[in-house]
Amino acid sequence: MSEEKMQKTKAKEPKKKDAGKVFLSELSKSSTTVTILAIISGLILGGLLVALTTEEVYTAPSFGEGLKVALQAVWKTYEALFTGAIGTPSKIVAALQSGDAEAIRRAFNPFFESLVASTPYIFAGLAVALGFRVGLFNIGAEGQIFIGALCAVTAGIYLKGLPHIIHVPLSMLAGALGGALWGFIPGILKAKTGAHEVINSIMMNYIAFRLSEFFLTGLLKDPDKFIPVSAKIEESAMLTRFFAHPIRFHSGFFIALLMALLVYILLFKTTWGFELRTVGANMNAARYAGMNIVVNTVIAMSLSGALAGMAGANEVLGINHNLAVAFSSGYGFDAIALALIGKSHPFGVILAALLFGFLRNGAVQMQLTAGIPIDIISILQAFILAFIAAPAIIRTIYRLKEPDFEEAGVKLSGWGGN
Amino acid sequence: MDPVLELRGITKRFPGVLANDHIDLTLEKGEIHALLGENGAGKTTLMNILYGLYDPDEGEVFVKGNKLEVNSPSDAIAAGIGMVHQHFMLVPVFTVTENVMLGYENLQPNGLLDRQTAAARIREISEQYHLEVDPDLYVKDLSVGAQQRVDIIKLLYREADIFILDEPTAVLTPQEVDELFTIMRKLVEKGKSIIFITHKLREVLEFADQITVIRGGKVVGSTTPQEADQRLLASMMVGRAVELNVDKKPADPKDAVLKVENLVALDDRDQLAIDGVSFEIRSGEILGIAGVQGNGQTELVRVLTGLAHPVDGEITLLGEDITGASPRKITELGTAHIPEDRQRDGLVLNFPIVDNLVLNTYYIEPNARGVLMQQDILLKTADDLINKFDVRTPNSVTTVGSLSGGNQQKVIVAREFSRPIKMLIASQPTRGLDVGSIEYIHHRLIEKRDAGVAVLLVSTELDEVMQLSDRIAVMFDGKIVGVLPAAEATKEQIGLLMAGVVSTAAEA
Repeated sequence: MSEEKMQKTKAKEPKKKDAGKVFLSELSKSSTTVTILAIISGLILGGLLVALTTEEVYTAPSFGEGLKVALQAVWKTYEALFTGAIGTPSKIVAALQSGDAEAIRRAFNPFFESLVASTPYIFAGLAVALGFRVGLFNIGAEGQIFIGALCAVTAGIYLKGLPHIIHVPLSMLAGALGGALWGFIPGILKAKTGAHEVINSIMMNYIAFRLSEFFLTGLLKDPDKFIPVSAKIEESAMLTRFFAHPIRFHSGFFIALLMALLVYILLFKTTWGFELRTVGANMNAARYAGMNIVVNTVIAMSLSGALAGMAGANEVLGINHNLAVAFSSGYGFDAIALALIGKSHPFGVILAALLFGFLRNGAVQMQLTAGIPIDIISILQAFILAFIAAPAIIRTIYRLKEPDFEEAGVKLSGWGGN
Repeated sequence: MDPVLELRGITKRFPGVLANDHIDLTLEKGEIHALLGENGAGKTTLMNILYGLYDPDEGEVFVKGNKLEVNSPSDAIAAGIGMVHQHFMLVPVFTVTENVMLGYENLQPNGLLDRQTAAARIREISEQYHLEVDPDLYVKDLSVGAQQRVDIIKLLYREADIFILDEPTAVLTPQEVDELFTIMRKLVEKGKSIIFITHKLREVLEFADQITVIRGGKVVGSTTPQEADQRLLASMMVGRAVELNVDKKPADPKDAVLKVENLVALDDRDQLAIDGVSFEIRSGEILGIAGVQGNGQTELVRVLTGLAHPVDGEITLLGEDITGASPRKITELGTAHIPEDRQRDGLVLNFPIVDNLVLNTYYIEPNARGVLMQQDILLKTADDLINKFDVRTPNSVTTVGSLSGGNQQKVIVAREFSRPIKMLIASQPTRGLDVGSIEYIHHRLIEKRDAGVAVLLVSTELDEVMQLSDRIAVMFDGKIVGVLPAAEATKEQIGLLMAGVVSTAAEA
């Protein structure tokens, strides 16, 4: 047995501790620490990848020169990522000094654009996280987003003459209901027949994609346009934008935060949430305690679908103002990753969604100025995710302590099992 | 000559617990060495170290005088150490031969499995040790005792010299236990050596050559059956004088609370599990159900508590027909249920204690008002219950999964006993608990009986059933094969009923 392991085990023994040590030890056991270190490690590995794929590193005359070039490339990449996600400090200062309103808006735009990018992630992340809490893997968020968008756009176009204050909630609700239906179907199939929700929600994705294409090439198609795209929604159905051009930041962000709060209250403060979480954490105990597994499964899948549907509604009502084919760039699938990063907790999901939104938005700039392909962000996300999924790696690298008892925030039912 | 196996100063720490504290143990060739201790004393940890599943923090293992480095079970097997686990490591849908070959396959020259040679070798071993196992049968068709013998064959096939048997008698009928001990004698006659882990005093005194008692991770003494008696061993195990018998007043049964008539039910594989069972339990009495595990007791409890539905028959609770009723309805009528598998059914391990204490009352005032859970009230109630039921925990928001088995069981008892109940269904209420917790739970069960609750006690521990029950019903093959007044029943009588050998007319 190794010396090092022995010391580690010895350190676990409870001895007289002062407050600082207790804090450090708790910090070391905390899963949040793991998450943060996973993100940092992901960034480091991403940097390494950038360095390794920079051609100049290999043609450099000496090792020292090569290292310098590599570091420069990494710096440039992350600098571009940062300015793309948040803004260029010098530009912001200059704009503020000039006092020109449009210049100021342009300077701050990257930051707001990141928030805009985060918003659908929050909705979709909440959807998947809610499912996880109930032990359900809603892989159908993407399809629910499409149906949500389809319903919201329909409400936005065909309901006319309504005041803004009614039209917007109504269109959002339409999106939520559409998504809920798309979650309800795999939910009821799972509850009544035991058909695995993963399979069925994937199938529902395809139906959703083709269904939206069907409507976009037919009933919903804007006759004036050559491409399959819907007409614009009524002005009264558009989510409020708080600033003038070019800032697209809109009220959807705050609706998303509100939903996170509601999901939090539902899950952790109500008897319904207690049932949902119990079903998710131990279905046998839930049955023993007299809870209705069928009802809870169906409700959870429907709510999850509704949240994903709102992600779609948010995009068409807040940003696009119409529906196009393939309007969602895989929010529903990224949502699975960020629900995991956020430990399936509503507030964790907000943070993870912001991380994803800022990375995604910054990546566009990174591609333009540093010439680094946007895919590096996907790789970076993959690294972060792999580390979070395998906390043992992070705990070993950074010599963290094992938690006393692993609190499983997420517990998924196995294939065909219960 | 060097001893076959020697452990020197084995120490293993877990967070906050010293599981093994400088344990020394010497196993001589041809010896049956009983390792006696309560659950949680560190027996299993010690054996897992020996078997390479854990690394010790300190200490060394010697096999026949050579220092042994075990990093995995395969190292242990290579050194001739084999383990028969409490739950057999067998694949039910494989034949005996396939199970024995698993992980140790020999091949024909063409690369296919060589079942013939393996089967021949198994027959040879089986005859040599009188194990009576047919290598061509499927494991799922074998009796529990025969499955255990397959596990033993597995070790002999791998040429193990040192056998570790972990609670081997827990799943056997008294008659099968005797057979097992005959086999163990045979093994040591042929030069094998056995470490035999148990907490049953009777078996130790009857069958061991040498006894080592451990408590709290330390060796508290070594003795032999000739020198020791039950009382001495029990006090060594627990660290204080133990009352081995449960004190109770004679029962004063009143009106019938639960009536079961001609109940028929299937198990989860749709096989007939309960075959026409009828009985009744009256207020203020304990009806014990004895039987070897897997004779329908589990399904009976599941049907009575609404977790499974019967295909035929009638169940009446307090005059109300509850055949096929939901668990919630049965609970609300005043039934408490201590489930057989507390971690599977009774608790949500990664929920805090406070949530587990309201697992089936979370929606009732004052725990909730409308749909809002009243966290303050829950926390206060939890603190009261933790005090009253003596749950050892830092606080009420500790996850139940981090508690010891005994304390987990106390959480269930606290939850089920803290509401007004008329019927108590306790299934294996003391399984895996230490003597102290067992005493405590027994005491509470008697208390409920005296308070006029009808108690159904299902246990595979015959001693427990005999001590606590007022009447004993024996289940065999889905039927109640006999109901005896506890005062008149003898162990032999019940043992034979449990084995299905004799069947008296069932009279409930």
